[in-house]
Amino acid sequence: MNKHTSSQAGAMAVVRRGMAKRYRAERRFKAMGILAIGASLLFLALLFASIVGNGYSAFQQTYIQLEVFLDPEAFADTSLAAADYPGMIKQALRRMFPDVSGRGDLRQLYAVVSSGAGFDLHQRVLQGPQLVGQTLQVWVPADDDVDMLVKGHFRGDGAQSEGRLSELQRGWIDRLKTENRIEKRFNRTFFTAGDSREPELAGIRGAVAGSFFTLVVTLVLSFPIGVAAALYLEEFAPQNRWTDLIEVNINNLAAVPSIVFGLLGLAVFLNFFGLPRSAPLVGGLVLTLMTLPTIIIASRAALTSVPPSIREAALGIGASKMQMVLHHVLPLALPGMLTGTIIGMARALGETAPLLMIGMVAFIVDVPGRLTDPSTVLPVQIYLWADSPERAFVERTSAAIMILLAFLIVMNAAAVYLRKKFEKRW
Amino acid sequence: MRPTTLFFIILALSGAAYQLGQRRAWNVGKSLGGLKNLHSRPAYYGLLAALWCAIPALIVFAAWQAFETRIITGLVVAALPESVQSLPESRLGLVVNDIRNLVAGNIVSGQIDPAMRQAADRYRSLQAASHAALAVIVLCLGCAGAYAVRRNITLTLKARNHVERVITWGLVLCSTLAIFTTIGIVLSVLYESIRFFKAVPATEFLFGLKWSPQMAIRADQVGSSGAFGAVPVFAGTALISTIAMLVAVPIGLMSAIYLSEYAGRRFRAVAKPLIEILAGIPTVVYGYFAALTVAPVIRRTGSLAGLDVSSESALAAGLVMGVMIIPFVSSLSDDVINAVPQALRDGAYGLGATKSETIRQVVIPAALPGIVGGVLLAVSRAIGETMIVVMAAGLAANLTVNPLQAVTTVTVQIVTLLIGDQEFDSPKTLAAFALGLLLFVVTLILNLIALHVVRTYREQYE
Repeated sequence: MNKHTSSQAGAMAVVRRGMAKRYRAERRFKAMGILAIGASLLFLALLFASIVGNGYSAFQQTYIQLEVFLDPEAFADTSLAAADYPGMIKQALRRMFPDVSGRGDLRQLYAVVSSGAGFDLHQRVLQGPQLVGQTLQVWVPADDDVDMLVKGHFRGDGAQSEGRLSELQRGWIDRLKTENRIEKRFNRTFFTAGDSREPELAGIRGAVAGSFFTLVVTLVLSFPIGVAAALYLEEFAPQNRWTDLIEVNINNLAAVPSIVFGLLGLAVFLNFFGLPRSAPLVGGLVLTLMTLPTIIIASRAALTSVPPSIREAALGIGASKMQMVLHHVLPLALPGMLTGTIIGMARALGETAPLLMIGMVAFIVDVPGRLTDPSTVLPVQIYLWADSPERAFVERTSAAIMILLAFLIVMNAAAVYLRKKFEKRW
Repeated sequence: MRPTTLFFIILALSGAAYQLGQRRAWNVGKSLGGLKNLHSRPAYYGLLAALWCAIPALIVFAAWQAFETRIITGLVVAALPESVQSLPESRLGLVVNDIRNLVAGNIVSGQIDPAMRQAADRYRSLQAASHAALAVIVLCLGCAGAYAVRRNITLTLKARNHVERVITWGLVLCSTLAIFTTIGIVLSVLYESIRFFKAVPATEFLFGLKWSPQMAIRADQVGSSGAFGAVPVFAGTALISTIAMLVAVPIGLMSAIYLSEYAGRRFRAVAKPLIEILAGIPTVVYGYFAALTVAPVIRRTGSLAGLDVSSESALAAGLVMGVMIIPFVSSLSDDVINAVPQALRDGAYGLGATKSETIRQVVIPAALPGIVGGVLLAVSRAIGETMIVVMAAGLAANLTVNPLQAVTTVTVQIVTLLIGDQEFDSPKTLAAFALGLLLFVVTLILNLIALHVVRTYREQYE
């Protein structure tokens, strides 16, 4: 007895001696957990900060005010549409800086404004032909390098960080600044134009329209098919090999790399069926196959959450099985299915790789107006711009990402709202 | 008649058939002394008529659309002069393209000779004939279907049962689409891969150490022999995936443990959705971030330490990919950790274990199969991830384990080989499909193992 107590006391002593160490280990372990969460959140914050920090300035664009004389002679022997508007812009620049001479210097002077500057003028004259013969004060977009300089992206020392602008050009810009002829304005072009090689003329309208058409095709196909498949598997399918095979397939397709769906689209839709390349129609088909598993899995979860009593009650008052499912179970499961569909659509909206395979990566200036028009989508546009060497495309890429993320946040918020609003606890 | 117009006409027709069937059912019912004598409600008769009107017509319509272009092209090509027909396949393809452009009124490359003009006219007339024939056939089918149903609407017609059977078959069809997709993937990738392996032996592809898929356009070009040894590509994929898993598994697992075992409800409600935002960010955004922000930082840090870091280092791509996978690992682990019965924890506490000891020695071992399954799924995702590596990893296939050098991956090679206009008979293009086949097979195996492990694990505690 005595011996027993002493060994017990000894054991207690051992335990007590180890306690401090064990508590330290406990604290370390807990700190590691916090650290892990902190690391993910830090990365998230860094990502957003970097994107927003790079991109917010793209919503503004530098404009230069020019005094353009619409010389009646320039319109003498051509129509309004065919007149030499870039020439008038150049003339205005020459008049503003009369001391510039020599071909090289003049070319540098012309490069201060965007090569698309004549286009705005063109539009204005077409709208108001009476302007011919007058002198106009027009604001034309500055070249992207000037834009970057004005926004302060080329600060710092060394020739490299000054961008591609020469000493001379920077002198002119300083003069324009003192004359208040240069200012930053809201960049409407970014929202109304299609793609362009010139950053100051490039916009996301074409890509947004392409994304819209692609998503419409995806939604129209994947929602009904996904819901139907889920209904069959959850409510009608017998438990057998065939059903098992379908289920394994769906679960596996949900984890197949998206690029493989692109290969499928390329081989089947483009090469076999001969559908047009780069078309939102094909993009939608590929994304349908890709999002279907997501929608089916979410829809099945929604169906299982409908309590069996509903089914039994419907059957009890004489509904057929199909009536029970379509009239009672489906309406109750629909909010959950919609939530899953919206999340699937959000994934489809952000998807890039399979669309590269089916040629949606082409350089397309026009805004698509039909399902078979060549087009690109927002994420692919981001990819294309990210590859462009111009500094001004960096901020435009980031701005396009901000737009894309905004769309995604809205969609996910809608899904959360739907779930909160219609979620039923049985 | 344009196909889209025809499509909407079919829909309208079937709407009319619905009305027709429903009214007919009313009349039949009334003449027999009230609706209650009918077998089904009138709407079902309408639906039956609509289905019989639309389904056969739509099937013919779809089949016609799918094969029309090929058949017409075949007919037009067969009528081309002998000299054109004997051209090699790729040149012939160009001629056909020109003819199509002529038909569509687009700009045509090169000169238009009378033969082409003739072919285009033929194409146009064939197309018009085909459209007209389609319209006639489809509309006749639709009307015939609706009429047949209308004739059969009597007391004995079990309209509801018929409609429900059709709907059930529709549901079955939709659910088998998953199988067709898998078959489609396998066939399309396999077919091109077999063509590739005819040109390049499989052993060379699987075990060769040199990857440079440049094929000569002309026979006399320098460096014309492409090398298709894919080992460097696999090695690059493995390297980047390993880095990604080294980031994702510890961070994801520790966050899951903290969130499910330590965190209070309020902290969890905030932190969990925030981490899951990482999963919702498109990969192209990660790729851009890796290339624009992370890679230069790593490069600068490396040069401070006197290391030579490539601007497209595997490290940058791997790190960012790892971050992308964190929420994936964390939510899967969270699920399995939550599934571990509380009794196991209580037992450990009863023996005097601290919380971390319980987690490390009881909860994690119990949850291990599920966690392993989740990690395998994450690996499969890392291998198949495309945009991050396309934007942040290199193109040159270096056989190296140095994470500071540029390596390339399977997905990068698929994208670079298939972007742009390619002829479909060169091994260069086909190599992309061989890589795709390999990617599909590897991820398939990983997924099947993972799904199996997760499923058996889940059953264990249910």
